Amino acid sequence: MAMVYNLVNDNTQRKPKEYIANLEGKKGILEVQDLSAWYGDTLAIKHISMIIKSQAITAIIGPSGCGKSTFIRCLNRMHEVSHGGRVEGCVLLDGNDIYARDVDPVVIRRRIGMVFQKPAPFPTMSIFDNVAAGIRLTRLWTRRWELEEVVERSLRQAALWDEVKDKLNQSGASLSGGQQQRLCIARALAVEPEIILLDEPCSALDPAATLKIEDLMRNLAEQYTIVIVTHNMQQAARVSDMAAFLLMDQDRAGILVEYGKTSQLFTNPKDKRTEDYITGRFG
Amino acid sequence: MEMRTTFHKRLREIQDDILAMGSMVSKALLRSIDALKNRDLELARQIIADDQKVNGKRFEIEEKCIELIATQQPLASDLRIIIAILNITTEIERIGDYAVGIARIVIMIGDEPPLKPLIDIPRMAEQTVDMLRRSLDAFINRDADAARKIAIEDDLVDHLYDQVFRELLIFMAEDPKTITRATRLMWAAHNLERAADRVTNICERVVFIVTGKMEEIGASKY
Repeated sequence: MAMVYNLVNDNTQRKPKEYIANLEGKKGILEVQDLSAWYGDTLAIKHISMIIKSQAITAIIGPSGCGKSTFIRCLNRMHEVSHGGRVEGCVLLDGNDIYARDVDPVVIRRRIGMVFQKPAPFPTMSIFDNVAAGIRLTRLWTRRWELEEVVERSLRQAALWDEVKDKLNQSGASLSGGQQQRLCIARALAVEPEIILLDEPCSALDPAATLKIEDLMRNLAEQYTIVIVTHNMQQAARVSDMAAFLLMDQDRAGILVEYGKTSQLFTNPKDKRTEDYITGRFG
Repeated sequence: MEMRTTFHKRLREIQDDILAMGSMVSKALLRSIDALKNRDLELARQIIADDQKVNGKRFEIEEKCIELIATQQPLASDLRIIIAILNITTEIERIGDYAVGIARIVIMIGDEPPLKPLIDIPRMAEQTVDMLRRSLDAFINRDADAARKIAIEDDLVDHLYDQVFRELLIFMAEDPKTITRATRLMWAAHNLERAADRVTNICERVVFIVTGKMEEIGASKY
């Protein structure tokens, strides 16, 4: 028993991050270490380091062009898909670098899902097929009843099931904007990710649909790690547990100015630049 | 160029309202002491009636703050200012109530002969009104250091209150027939002592606006 204990102990010393993740019994901790990203020769974000908590919502705020979207696209290896996209630094998912040589970006994108600004359901597909699309892509074969189960679970998680259960065969494009965005969230949830990245998910939605998505995010945060980029400071204040403020420096590259609890950052920010931005003195 | 001009314009209007309310209450407090000194029942009744205007001003400021929160969604120091204003108006309004308290004592005393010439009680009132005026200056200037210094001056008022208390106690011990009149003066002094405590609360709110932290400064011994 003592030997087993020592082995475990040794192991924790060698891999502290994994140990921390296991210790908390939570998965989906993202640790960003000295992350910089380029588009060709243009530096978009510079030396960003932060730990993103699991089962919490982290909001990324900052003025236009400060690299918010670039930053979250680096978190699931979407940035390298852009023309000239290049990344330096590490992003550790539960202690393991997602940019390591032997890591398949497709697997990372399954574990870290993303929802974009404009709701973009596949227009030619039914509601059912939209949700099932991710599973069909990642699995060789799936039984129909399994698919049905996953689709229902995902739609329920996305708080859309009651609204669409009787019209699963209709086109995804037939839904309202808010419903389409929740459909996209359901599609992201269907492949059982650990982390969900949302890039301005409500900017195309009306206030009622926005509040519905915000409620949904709060519910999902009990199970998932959520990172949201938002222009809407009130939304960040309403929905997030942690908030990060990004700003362009003199080289026009995004830097992390302040990162802390939302309750602190929006009432008593430590950095003058955060204060000036959130009180609307610039940006 | 200053951004959020609407927000800052409305905030300035509210700050002007606070200063106006502070001035109304200062006047009420000083007049209540005049009424006490001169046995002026008419003035005392006027102070009680005028308090409605102070209360009205308080609700007006509150409404403006609520509207500002709802329409401008202030954050960080802007949010702290609004929250502090809501607290400060309550404190000022309560100082107005202490002036009313003294006016009621004046009416109770009626035309009873004076127990003694009033010296320390008017001093307490002057000190309190001076502290109130400077605390509102500190609020407008967002001057936490000045606010801390003013709050500590509450000790002066406490000291005067001690003196009044001891003196009146001697009167009562020497001649029990003075007990009723002495007790009434003690109540008046107590109202002033509480009013000065309210000023220290205003000072604490000024510190909160500037630093984001609530500090208890120079807690009163009463």
